[in-house]
Amino acid sequence: MSGVLGSVGTAVRRRYRALRTSRKVAAFCANPLNVVGLALVVAIAVAAAVGPFIAPYDPTTQQLTNRLQHPSLAHPLGTDQLGRDVLSRLLHGARLSLGIAVAVTGIRLTLGTTIGLLAGYAGGWTDEFLMRLVDVQLAFPGLVLALVIAGILGPSLRNVMLALALVGWASYARLVRGTVLATKERNFVRAARLLNVSRFRIATRHLLPTVAGPVVVLATLNMGTVILGTAGLSFIGLGAQPPTAEWGTMLSDGRHHLRSAWWIANVPGVAIMLTVLGFTLLGDGLRDVLDPKRDATIEKLS
Amino acid sequence: MDDATYLLHRLGTSIIVLLGVSVVTYGLLFLTPGDPAEVILTQQLDRQPSASEVESFRATHGMDDPVPVQYVSWVTDVLRGDLGTSYYSDTAVSTLIVDALPLTIELAVASLLVALAIAIPTGVLSAVHRGSAIDYASQLGALVGVSMPNFWLGYLLILVFALTLGSLPVAGAGSYGQLVLPAITLGTGMAAVLTRLIRSSMLEVLDEAYVDTARSKGLRERIVLYKHALRNALVPVVTILGVQLGSLLNGAVVVEIVFQRPGLGMLLVDAVFERNYPVVQGITLVTAGIFVGTNVLVDLSYRYLDPRVELGGETV
Repeated sequence: MSGVLGSVGTAVRRRYRALRTSRKVAAFCANPLNVVGLALVVAIAVAAAVGPFIAPYDPTTQQLTNRLQHPSLAHPLGTDQLGRDVLSRLLHGARLSLGIAVAVTGIRLTLGTTIGLLAGYAGGWTDEFLMRLVDVQLAFPGLVLALVIAGILGPSLRNVMLALALVGWASYARLVRGTVLATKERNFVRAARLLNVSRFRIATRHLLPTVAGPVVVLATLNMGTVILGTAGLSFIGLGAQPPTAEWGTMLSDGRHHLRSAWWIANVPGVAIMLTVLGFTLLGDGLRDVLDPKRDATIEKLS
Repeated sequence: MDDATYLLHRLGTSIIVLLGVSVVTYGLLFLTPGDPAEVILTQQLDRQPSASEVESFRATHGMDDPVPVQYVSWVTDVLRGDLGTSYYSDTAVSTLIVDALPLTIELAVASLLVALAIAIPTGVLSAVHRGSAIDYASQLGALVGVSMPNFWLGYLLILVFALTLGSLPVAGAGSYGQLVLPAITLGTGMAAVLTRLIRSSMLEVLDEAYVDTARSKGLRERIVLYKHALRNALVPVVTILGVQLGSLLNGAVVVEIVFQRPGLGMLLVDAVFERNYPVVQGITLVTAGIFVGTNVLVDLSYRYLDPRVELGGETV
């Protein structure tokens, strides 16, 4: 008997979840800007995945007789000051630039979520200490600190990534801590505690899922900031060193040829712009559907 | 919490934060790959320094002391207003900063004005025509501005305005003309954030009863929008100005290099590449200090702009 009721319960729950998901999808698609963002991000991800295989030339081979060629059938996006094919460099760069952004955001997210979870759940002195650490990190304008860290460590792509990761975790920690504090006194967490569920299990199985939504939103928005930060540090001369095909480096190298060969700088410039735009639009769209505070609004609308 | 208690509490935490900031700033030195004294000298002399040179450099710069002693003596000097001396020019770091700071502040203020000049009309228009093509276009337009690496935007502006039209000075600092292009470059990025904020807070305000009252009195729509609604919609803008100062300072570094403005950002980049550590530490500390100080001021001023706000409530 209870088995039958149980399976009916599961079916109802599954149906309810499916309904909620489809409502969220509908709410996401209602705003055309969200769809544009998703399309841009998918396009960039595809370019990063297949780019190196479809690139017509090697991204680093120099052909000095072929310098500064206008876009043509042989070189759809022209060639740069060293005769390298710009389209090939762009396609190879997609993987590298997106990879950097994913890696940096991943480190920020992991570090910040762990610290926030620890602070929010442990409370007391642990919380006090970790939050002062967060305050100290947020007291520096991020790119200024990243510039100093990367500069002292020495110019290289690895150091730029490290520097950007070190200056960006605090906002995740603050977000996660806030959400955990709001959740940990709710009944399902209390019930778990009364049932003698271990602290680790409560933190990972009950608290972590509630922070997932806001963290995903922040990470998506963060991708754009990281890409812009990498480009800025490359421009200053701290990022990828030649001949690496990285968008920020390509853009900053091409600036000397803006008048004579506009495509060298503007091609990676537009690529960066569209990528950042895509992640920002997607992040906004996700916030509208994933932020629990807006859930009620979504229900009301549909 | 009453005003005085809140003020004391806020100052107390700020002091703790600034102490942490000073530890981080001083600690940056030890990120140097290898022995700092040796690396700095190699950079300065452009060759491998001899053992006795390293020895005497350490002695003059107090690098023989244990790290905590070095830190305490640095902080003590800083509290007396002494940020040390540049390795290269024998100028006091504080003098270098005082000379460069006005150019950066000027740029930040001008950029803020550019941002507001773009964001207020766009945000209001977007809110009034919510969900229309105008709304989407202005939101998208604002986002394109923030999605462009600002050095690229800077070079494009130079190309269009200064080289092609020949109307504006490209580089340097001193005249107001030289401020125009850098301020547009830096302001465009900030405009996006402000546009969205003004749009959403206008949407909220337009639902309020006093807007209906103003309309039913027969006031012209423009007066209702700009005099009654916008004034209240701008209150939240003040709250994010503190955080936005951080992104202005970040952007100023790049923009100052593009336009060759000898401000704080350019000074910092040069010092980083020369491993001129006293200058690097001085600028890092001063920048963080300005940022922390501004955020305290913003918090306090918010209370006076909107008496409904209970300060200290955000700690949970």
